[in-house]
Amino acid sequence: MMEIRTPKTGKAKRVLEKRAPKLVETGKKTLILHGTKTSATLSSVLMELYRLKKGGAIRYSRRNENIRPFESGGETSLEFFSQKTDCSIFVYGSHTKKRPDNLVLGRMYDHQVYDLIEVGIENFKSLLAFSYDKKFAPHEGSKPFICFTGEGFENVPELKHLKEVLTDLFRGEVVDNLNLTGLDRAYVCSAISPTKVFLTHCALKLKKSGSIVPRMELVEVGPSMDLVIRRNRLPNESLMKEAMRTSKDKPKKKVKNVDQDAVLGKTGKIYMPDQKLGDMKLLDKSKGLKRERKEAKLKHKEETVSKKMKESSE
Amino acid sequence: METEMETEQIYQVDVGNLLAFNPNHRFPSAPSSREELVNECIREGTKLVQAIANTLFNFPSTETNDGPIVQLPPPTTKLPREKHIPRPKPPTKWEEFALKKGIQKRKKDKLAWDEQTDQFKRRHGYDRVNDDNDVPIIEAKATDEPGVDPFAKRLDDKKKRVGKQEKNRLQNLKAAEKAGALPSHVQLAATSLPISGTKAQPKKIGKDELGDVAGLAATSTASGGKFDKKLPGEKPPKKQGKHHKYLPVVAGRGDVNAEKEQTNNVLSKIFSKHSHEILNVGKAINMYNVKKEKKKSGRSDKSGRSDKLKPKKDITKKSANKAK
Repeated sequence: MMEIRTPKTGKAKRVLEKRAPKLVETGKKTLILHGTKTSATLSSVLMELYRLKKGGAIRYSRRNENIRPFESGGETSLEFFSQKTDCSIFVYGSHTKKRPDNLVLGRMYDHQVYDLIEVGIENFKSLLAFSYDKKFAPHEGSKPFICFTGEGFENVPELKHLKEVLTDLFRGEVVDNLNLTGLDRAYVCSAISPTKVFLTHCALKLKKSGSIVPRMELVEVGPSMDLVIRRNRLPNESLMKEAMRTSKDKPKKKVKNVDQDAVLGKTGKIYMPDQKLGDMKLLDKSKGLKRERKEAKLKHKEETVSKKMKESSE
Repeated sequence: METEMETEQIYQVDVGNLLAFNPNHRFPSAPSSREELVNECIREGTKLVQAIANTLFNFPSTETNDGPIVQLPPPTTKLPREKHIPRPKPPTKWEEFALKKGIQKRKKDKLAWDEQTDQFKRRHGYDRVNDDNDVPIIEAKATDEPGVDPFAKRLDDKKKRVGKQEKNRLQNLKAAEKAGALPSHVQLAATSLPISGTKAQPKKIGKDELGDVAGLAATSTASGGKFDKKLPGEKPPKKQGKHHKYLPVVAGRGDVNAEKEQTNNVLSKIFSKHSHEILNVGKAINMYNVKKEKKKSGRSDKSGRSDKLKPKKDITKKSANKAK
């Protein structure tokens, strides 16, 4: 026996529609969680990452014992969480003797693990350790500039993978229109060696220059850390092909209020707001304007008298 | 998306993502100091950001209250999707039929002409055209059986039609689910597992019944469920045993006379003058009849037996009753 279940409230329906697969996708949400043991640096890294991605991230504070991303059976919990919270990027932190300050960045496709990359954190400097003029502090949720420097990002396949994952993590929503005054942050990633990447978060200062384009100045504000590549898992070919597939047709936008008539041609309706003729103000009979009204009346009288004289003379 | 700079460095700029990549910079393998390295990274970063900004600020911008807005081009770096592309829905049975027959969809108006009242009435809802419940007279046809209520038959027919439509809808949704194109707001759920051999569907157990059964199971241990480990979130058992309600005797707590009446009723039953009020006549008759029949059967049994088979009473043995 099958039963058809539909949402009974509008809110539930809207939530389900939001989570449904769409032709053009909105920003990916990030899930931040940790394993059985975390060190001080790791917990602050996770906390600050959550703060940087405040609008589109969910942070789990409890420890998760049965998540082992690189093992075949250890991903079920992650996939369940991804389905529950509708997150397709996750950041999993763990601290073991063999892999201290370990961070696994992973992506999901259809709530199944797509690819993983494991990095170790070194030389971490927290948000609070930087002192700067608070005027330039970046606002929450602003679209960041992302910069990659170094030939490693092109030559080393692991770094190439890391570049892709970091872009996905930091870019936020894909927008059509951008407000130029809202640009205030930049992520700078530099491949200082074939296995190490230096990542830092800076605020932007737009200074006046001769032309329309302002002169950019970067001030380090946010967390900065060294990422050491440990392990990675690339997606398998067929899955990658399917995930990278984009459909060429744009979603058809419904044009409203346009009708084609055989006689009149293209027609549309103009909707006028209620003019409220009953409440309209006709005369301003306030005492303050009494003098003006008197003068206006006199003037009008003079004009009519002069007109009549003209007509009679003609 | 490539821009050439004066120092012959070509950056890969993706304006749609506000992304820039400089593939040509080489960091010294033995960095002088941490600070130097950091400063160098930031310098390179600044150059890249400037490169993006150069293209960005030269876009045509529209002025609004919040500031100048530019239209970003679509991003060029390919990143994987988070979910699959929505799959096309397979056509429903009706859609296939309409396609085959060439039936076009025609939009219906909200108002329709009602012949009986000579006015426009709404098509659906309160006071609608051709309402099924409104017909006052149904004329009998030659094919009608006598004794069949035509109004009830109409309701029945409607129920059948609605049931058929629901079944068709379920079939269409099942086909859509098979193709992976179930609409986002619909979920198909199996209400019960089919039991092999029986057609009857298992009854749905309610919350209270489940609670009772759980309580029974919990107390059916050797120590009455007192020392069992409780699961997180398990509620303490409801009061077990007989539920007594004692009426108030104190004047302040309620109607005192009710308790008095209760006790009086019991006393009157015990010391009743009219004993026929408490006698269950039917039961008394039955008891009398049964006794009578027993006696009858007993006598007939006794007459059949010969004295020789009966165990003789031994006069020498003392009976136990004499001790009383």
